[in-house]
Amino acid sequence: MDENPENERAEVDRLERQIEELSKLVPNDNTAGELERMRRRLERLRKEIYSKLTPWQRVQLARHSQRPVVPDFIDLIFEDFTELHGDRRFEDDPAMVGGMARFHGEPCVVIGTHKGKDTKQKLQRNFGMPKPEGYRKALRLMKLAEKFSRPIFTLIDTTGAYPGIGAEERGQAEAIACNLREMARLQVPIIVTITGEGGSGGALGIGVGDRVLMLEHAYYSVISPEGCAAILWKDQSQVEEAATALKLTAMDLRGFQIIDEVVPEPGGGAHAAPKAAAAQLDECLKRSLAALKGLPIRKLLEGRYQRFRSLGSVIEAATGTNTA
Amino acid sequence: MAWFKKGKTPIVPIGDRTVRTEGLWSKCEECKQAIWKKDLESSLGVCPQCGFHFRISARERLSQLYDEGVFQEYDDHLASNDPLNFVDKKPYHKRLQQMHAATGLRDALVSAEGKLNGKPVLICAMEPAFISGSMGSVMGEMITRAIERALERRCPVVIVSCSGGARMQEGALSLVQMAKISAALARLDEARIPYVSVLTDPTTGGVTASFAMLGDLNIAEPGALIGFAGPRVIEQTIRQKLPEGFQKSEFLLAHGMLDAIVDRRQLRDYLANALSFCGH
Repeated sequence: MDENPENERAEVDRLERQIEELSKLVPNDNTAGELERMRRRLERLRKEIYSKLTPWQRVQLARHSQRPVVPDFIDLIFEDFTELHGDRRFEDDPAMVGGMARFHGEPCVVIGTHKGKDTKQKLQRNFGMPKPEGYRKALRLMKLAEKFSRPIFTLIDTTGAYPGIGAEERGQAEAIACNLREMARLQVPIIVTITGEGGSGGALGIGVGDRVLMLEHAYYSVISPEGCAAILWKDQSQVEEAATALKLTAMDLRGFQIIDEVVPEPGGGAHAAPKAAAAQLDECLKRSLAALKGLPIRKLLEGRYQRFRSLGSVIEAATGTNTA
Repeated sequence: MAWFKKGKTPIVPIGDRTVRTEGLWSKCEECKQAIWKKDLESSLGVCPQCGFHFRISARERLSQLYDEGVFQEYDDHLASNDPLNFVDKKPYHKRLQQMHAATGLRDALVSAEGKLNGKPVLICAMEPAFISGSMGSVMGEMITRAIERALERRCPVVIVSCSGGARMQEGALSLVQMAKISAALARLDEARIPYVSVLTDPTTGGVTASFAMLGDLNIAEPGALIGFAGPRVIEQTIRQKLPEGFQKSEFLLAHGMLDAIVDRRQLRDYLANALSFCGH
């Protein structure tokens, strides 16, 4: 394998062209075999390239304009999705979608952030940045799930909670805080997936659950690399450094146990093959739900508590008095 | 001739005659009045002229609230082990060492137990001088332990927040402390043990968006900056100037986010009364 990434990319281009040309020819045994070999080589090459991405490149992939958005995953994984609107307090937040659905036939509630695909949609969806109403709607739907003993799936892809005047006036912080406390004690299984961007408190606001999954090229961070570079380096151009320092990739977070499982993406990333990406996620969700479904509620809640209770990294300093 | 001619010798001051006032006087940031430090101390760090609340250290806060200023500290041996090996302009572990030297604390929180009006209370107070009171794993662990201690002993909890939010240098590990503490608070809530959140200047980010807003009572000191996003971030996002008094305690009270604004000089009595209402 060539070590120079530019050469690798050129090779991918060459293979793609050749595959295209070959597949235009009248198929015969000769070309079919050749084609298959080339396809395999292309897939291997893509995997190779994508496994070597830097954290900043992964952030860019997570934000890729062609990356499937949450409603794409809902369409591809769940059946009979029926959207439910509004927080019953102020308004309906288009940046947060949720509703009833079926997961392999079983009724469930699915909730997620919605970034929008084209400019018009993005504006309407506020670029997937929820306001307090979004978090309150999410909680309302989760309580609905609890009332009728349905599992909850949340899908996260957001830059963060919206920082605006109205959002502050109506208690952005309180809305997120409330979700954190309530999600810790909801008496049904909750499976969280970070599919793209996991932007800080805005992501965590629907991110407390029994299992937290994360797509291979998604990121999850306390602050955006741009924000971190601006504050700590006082220089926006240090964004690559910041992305690396923050340890925000799925692999890093698996190491800290913040993530239970990394969901592999097809070679070339989820945007190259949305269906394959959704199928992978579907597989992981099915397995996670199966593991949780049989558990008595007490055990489920104790497990969820201990899962978050154990997160963090501290040392007991040698000196100083331990009075605990 | 020239009987009265002046000598040319310049006037030389005798010794060092600068008057040293630093350490004795403070200047109020609000009304610019010079205040004798002893006066400021006896008014609990509140300007006697205009009522401006100065930021105070965690230990000062605790000695103001506990009877005779007596309290016992918990978990003061916990320290961050720099899990990310974070380096920005300065390595994080160096920053921690410097902060330890400057404040005498290992992280931005003091967790304590003592008596308030004769009744036992667990109080956690944040240290603004320690990396802006930011919350990392240590603060998360200390607060969670305090809440679990409260559950064991059925003892009320007060958390005095003063923080810029989650600590960037510990990445997502800081972020998830919000969930960890909130989960512990859910248990405290179910056990019907009172928790009062006191928000002081400033309380922003992940601290506000978790335990600081989850008190049975949320009370704030006057004029404190309280919010989810910082004012600069909001200004950059919406590209307009923010209204006067935006995100101040009074603004939050008007928008229904706080139970009350309490002057620091009345805080002790207020807490004693509130906790007695809750049966403690």
